[in-house]
Amino acid sequence: MKQFVEGSHAIAEIVKRCRPGVVSAYPITPQTHIVEGLAQMVADKELNAQFVNVESEHSAASVVLGAQATGVRTYTATSSQGLLLMAEVVFNIAGLRLPVVMTTANRAVSAPINIWNDQQDVMTVRDSGWVLLFAETIQEAVDLHLQAYRIGEDPRVMLPVMVNMDGFILTHGMEVVDMPSQEEVDKFVTPYSTTYKLDVDNPLTMGYLADPDYYIEIRYMVQQTHQELLTIIPEVAAQFKRQFKRGEGNGLIEGYHLEDAEQVFVAMGSVCGTIRDSVDEFRSKGKKAGLLKIASYRPFPKNEIVKALSRAREVAVVDKSISLGGFGPLYTDLSAAVSSMGAKAPKVSGFVIGLGGRDITLQSIQEVYECLSGKQVDCEFIGLKKELLAEAK
Amino acid sequence: MTQTLFKPGHTACAGCGQAVGARLVIDTAGKNTMIANNTGCLEVFSTKYPESAWCVPWIHSLFENCSAVASGIEAGLKYLGKKDAINVIAQAGDGGTADIGLQAISGMFERGHDVLYVCYDNEAYMNTGIQRSGLTPTLTNTTTSPSGAGSLGNPRPKKPMPEIAAAHGIPYVATASVGYPQDVQKKVKKALSIKGPKYIQMHVPCPLGWRHESNMTFDVAKLAVETGLYPLFEYEYGKLIPRKIAKIKPVEEYLKVQGRFKHLLKNPDAVKQVQAIADYNIQKYGLNAEA
Repeated sequence: MKQFVEGSHAIAEIVKRCRPGVVSAYPITPQTHIVEGLAQMVADKELNAQFVNVESEHSAASVVLGAQATGVRTYTATSSQGLLLMAEVVFNIAGLRLPVVMTTANRAVSAPINIWNDQQDVMTVRDSGWVLLFAETIQEAVDLHLQAYRIGEDPRVMLPVMVNMDGFILTHGMEVVDMPSQEEVDKFVTPYSTTYKLDVDNPLTMGYLADPDYYIEIRYMVQQTHQELLTIIPEVAAQFKRQFKRGEGNGLIEGYHLEDAEQVFVAMGSVCGTIRDSVDEFRSKGKKAGLLKIASYRPFPKNEIVKALSRAREVAVVDKSISLGGFGPLYTDLSAAVSSMGAKAPKVSGFVIGLGGRDITLQSIQEVYECLSGKQVDCEFIGLKKELLAEAK
Repeated sequence: MTQTLFKPGHTACAGCGQAVGARLVIDTAGKNTMIANNTGCLEVFSTKYPESAWCVPWIHSLFENCSAVASGIEAGLKYLGKKDAINVIAQAGDGGTADIGLQAISGMFERGHDVLYVCYDNEAYMNTGIQRSGLTPTLTNTTTSPSGAGSLGNPRPKKPMPEIAAAHGIPYVATASVGYPQDVQKKVKKALSIKGPKYIQMHVPCPLGWRHESNMTFDVAKLAVETGLYPLFEYEYGKLIPRKIAKIKPVEEYLKVQGRFKHLLKNPDAVKQVQAIADYNIQKYGLNAEA
C-alpha cells in the first residue's frame, strides 16, 4: 500500500512487520522516531515484542546480543556517538555470529558535536564483520530491512546486518512509500529458527577464549562468509524483486547510465539521488557521465565494481566520511579494487563532501566533475569555506 | 552433589576460591539455568576453546556487559514464554561488577529483570595481574596500589556495592563467602526463589593475588568473616538479616596470613585502621552474636 510517510515511521512499520521478539534501544538524534514508533506499537499491542529501555547504547547492543542468543529475532537502531559507544559490542555480535539487524541513522561524529548527516559513524565499525548496506531512498531503506533479516539469518551467513540511512535526509524526510503488507512480509521473512542458541536441553558455550592456535581461523571464517555473501545478497535481492516487483541493481551495486559512461561517480546513500540529477544534466549537455552506487559496502563487491568500471576513464569517489590523516574510506576500497585492472584501470580521484550536514547540491557535484579533467586528486574537500579557514589561521 | 554442572579440567589456579564459588552457584541453580559471564578469570579458565567446563548454556560477551546480556536473555525467554522455567544468572568479578560494569548492573536492577547477579569478589583485577579495583579493601598492596615509602597501599575503602544494589530497591541482596558453602547454597536458593533482580556478592580468596598458601583458601575466607572484615548479611526486601559471628577475632589473624597485608604488620596504626573497619562493620550490621 502506498503511503506518504516519514522515513523513520516507515522503518518502524517495516520492522514491526518483520516481527522482532526483542527490541532494545537508547535515544539519540536522529534515530529516535524509529524506536519511539516501535515503543508505541508494543504499547498498543500491535507488535508482540519485549521493548527494553536501556541506560546506554552499549547496553542496547548487549541486550539484543543476549536476546538473539536465545534464538529470538531482535532489532536495534542508533546513530553517531551511540554507534561509537556500541562499537565494542558491535564487533562482538559479529564475532558471536548473531544475526542482529540494526538501523544506523548516519550522522557526524563529535567533536565538534553535530547532529547532522554524514557517514562517519558507520566507518568506525567498518571492520567489525557486519554486513553494511546503504539506502538511497526511504523506499530502499524499507526494502533493505526485509532483505537484512533474510541475509543475516541465512544459515550460510549468520552475521549481523546494518542498514544505513542518512540521518534527517532519509529518517526525517517524507516520501511516498510502497509499504509491504504483513502478509507479504511474512512470505518473505519467515520465522527465525536456529540450533545455534542458548538452550537448556542442548547447552552450548558461546563466546570462548580462542588462543593463537584458533583465533585467526575463526576470523578467516567470517571473511569467507563475506565472500559467500557476494552471491547470497544478489540471490536475496532477486527474490525480493520477484515478489515485490521493484528494486534496481543486484543488491551489491547499481548503475545509472553506466553502459557508455566515461566519467563515473561512485557513492553510497542518499547523495546518489543528487548525483542522478547531475548525471541527467551532464548527459543533456552531451557529456558521458554515470553513477555507480555501492549498495553493499561490506561485503565490498570488488569484482562487480571492476566489471562496472571497465569502460570508465575517470572515476570520482564521493565520500561522506574521512579517515583523518588518510583518505575517504570508499576511495581507499575502490582504489584497491581497480588496482587489479592494471593498465586498463581508470583514473580514480577521491572527494570528501557534505561532512556534518553541509548541503550537497548540484553545484557541489559539478565541482567534483570539473576536478576530474585536471590533476588526479585523492582527498579533495568539496565546498570548503575558504574565508573560515583563513580566519582560523 | 554427585554430579556437577561445572566440570573439572579447567585451568584455574590451585586453591582458586572463585572456581569453588562458581561451582557452588551453578550446582545450586541446577541445569535449567543460563549464564552470562563477564570477562575475567572465571571466563578465561573455564572456556578456553575448544573446551568448556560448563554443562549449562553459557555466554561470554565482554568485560562490562553481562548484566545487559542477561537482560537480553531474560527478555528473549520472556518472549518465548520460557522464563518461568529457567534461571538467568549474570556473573562477574569485582572489577567487572563495581567498576566497569556498574552502569550496566544499575540498568538491569532498575529495569527489574528477573536475573540473579553474582559478583565473585576477590578484591582486585586478578586476571590482569592483581591491579586495584573499587572493591579492593583499604591498605591492600596491589600492583597498582603498591605499598612503599610514601604509601600503605590502596588508600580508599571498599565501594559499598551491596548497599548500592539495595538502593535500587531490588528484592534480594546478600553477601556470602566461599568459606561457608552451605550459606552460599542457601542464599543462591533463596535468591532464585524470588522474582526480579537479585545480587549476591561472594568473597572468594585468590591465593596468587592475596599471597596465601593455596591450601588456606577456606581458612582465609573464614577469617575474613570471623574478623568482621567481610560481613555476611542479607537485605530481603530491604530488611537487614545479618549472619552473626560466634567469636569475633582480631584482624591481625586475617592480615598475617596474606602477603598483600604483610606491610601493615609492622605498623600498629595501620592495623588499628583496619580494626576500625571491622569494628564499624560489626556494629553496622549487628554481627556480634554475644551483643
